[in-house]
Amino acid sequence: MADLLVEFFQWGFGVTLVPWFATLLGIVVGILAIVLPLLLAVAMSVYMDRKVWAGMQLRRGPNVVGPWGLMQSFADGLKLFLKETIIPASANKFVFLLAPALTFLLALVAWAVIPFDAGVVLSNLNVGVLYLFAISSLGVYGIILSGWASNSRYAFLGALRCSAQMVSYEVSIGFVLVTVLMTAGSLNLSDIVMAQKGQWYIFTPLLPMAVVFFISALAETNRPPFDLPEAEAEIVAGYQVEYSSMAFALFFLGEYANIILMCAMVSILFLGGWLPPLDWAPLYIIPGWIWFFGKIFFVFFLFSWVKATVPRYRYDQLMRLGWKVFLPLSLLWVVLTGVFLLLTGKIPV
Amino acid sequence: MIYALAFYLFATITVISAIMVIASRNPVHSVLFLILAFFNSAGLFVLLGAEFIAMILVIVYVGAVTVLFLFVVMMLDIDYNELRKGFQKYLLVGGLIGIVLLAELALVGMGWGLTGHVITDPATAIPALAQMSNTQALGSLLYTRYVFLFQMAGMILLVAMIGAIVLTHRKRPGVKKQNVNKQVMRRRHEAYEIVKVKPGQGLG
Repeated sequence: MADLLVEFFQWGFGVTLVPWFATLLGIVVGILAIVLPLLLAVAMSVYMDRKVWAGMQLRRGPNVVGPWGLMQSFADGLKLFLKETIIPASANKFVFLLAPALTFLLALVAWAVIPFDAGVVLSNLNVGVLYLFAISSLGVYGIILSGWASNSRYAFLGALRCSAQMVSYEVSIGFVLVTVLMTAGSLNLSDIVMAQKGQWYIFTPLLPMAVVFFISALAETNRPPFDLPEAEAEIVAGYQVEYSSMAFALFFLGEYANIILMCAMVSILFLGGWLPPLDWAPLYIIPGWIWFFGKIFFVFFLFSWVKATVPRYRYDQLMRLGWKVFLPLSLLWVVLTGVFLLLTGKIPV
Repeated sequence: MIYALAFYLFATITVISAIMVIASRNPVHSVLFLILAFFNSAGLFVLLGAEFIAMILVIVYVGAVTVLFLFVVMMLDIDYNELRKGFQKYLLVGGLIGIVLLAELALVGMGWGLTGHVITDPATAIPALAQMSNTQALGSLLYTRYVFLFQMAGMILLVAMIGAIVLTHRKRPGVKKQNVNKQVMRRRHEAYEIVKVKPGQGLG
């Protein structure tokens, strides 16, 4: 990216860039190239989500603003933007505003290591998987802080539920990641994708882990059937109850950016990222990023499908599923994968 | 240029936030500053080329341990004035401990620079970053040379965990619990019965 920019400036303006400035500029351009389409994708995914639920409930969904209602999300965004930001009198002002900003920020920074195609990645980290895991484990702070800073019982209750839930499901997500990276032999996301050439991990004995990961991703992003932190009927909207206007919008955008991120993670870890299903030359005519976006689209459809059809879990059932079902299962699978790789001599070096 | 800038940025924020951890009045703010300090130390590790340790620092300390701190601090009903009362009483002892720690740190730093012991010690000879990734180098050292120490640390942690569970686990009699297997295994004929009720007669 930096070389390209140096060439571009020399060609366009006749200016030679200092190397460190070119590097910095390259990073900034790369960030914008990821974040701007991501925000558009967030807006459209909200629209798609609503259309999918509507379709499953035999309704029409948003169809008034713009052609087929396509502009609905932008209208909602504008409405939120024009509203007044209300800060409760007894709230801790700084933390109250910090929390939504943090949620949104974390949802964006995680995209730095996502490879969109062979070599198309902002930062090709050697520890990409760990980076994603670290960022997703930080997501709990935005919620816990908002619940505390609101100084409201409903918000605090929602925040407590949410943090307990996220911490529980992170454990099994961690073990699922271990099985994948043992099989791929790398912590680098691009290498994990390349290890799946011709055989996606979902078509290997790692399939149960893909299911565990998908369900844990639902819990991690507070999507139904695990949306107890919001639970409109019991605690009105949980940690979001005191938020209005752009502060609420940041939570909302962050939530959807996280959901798309989880879809991307499922695609990278189990559906072969930018690779076609078979290692067959004609399939490579379709560019890699189209495969990748198609997979994200498909997994996002699964997310919407689950939300439209599955009722909310009870809290003890949620905890039981996380600790008594997923944790032993994923731990067992780590051991089985290790033994299998050792016995068949397939340990990647 | 960028490297030096990044180092001084991370280092300054680490030191300032570490001071704010003990200086800020609100305990929740203290925990938040602690998180900031952890984060910037992770940044310092990245600058050193130790990306694995940096990520583990964020995952373990920020993602898990500090969440528990935050929980405890938020749940406790703390009287801030009460907390400040003993300040002068403990100032002397606390200051002494601080000075001892500082002296030890200085000694370690000087020893490092003077003897050159670290360079000659074969245990620290890790391959250059270009040859082997950080994670691999750490793993091959941990699982070969230090495997017994590593396993022992794991055993100690396991024992500590079991100990904590045993100490806090209480068996409360009379608590109603749901048995999920029993619920799932329940069949239709155990739960209800279909009866044909004739109009105007009831079940009688």
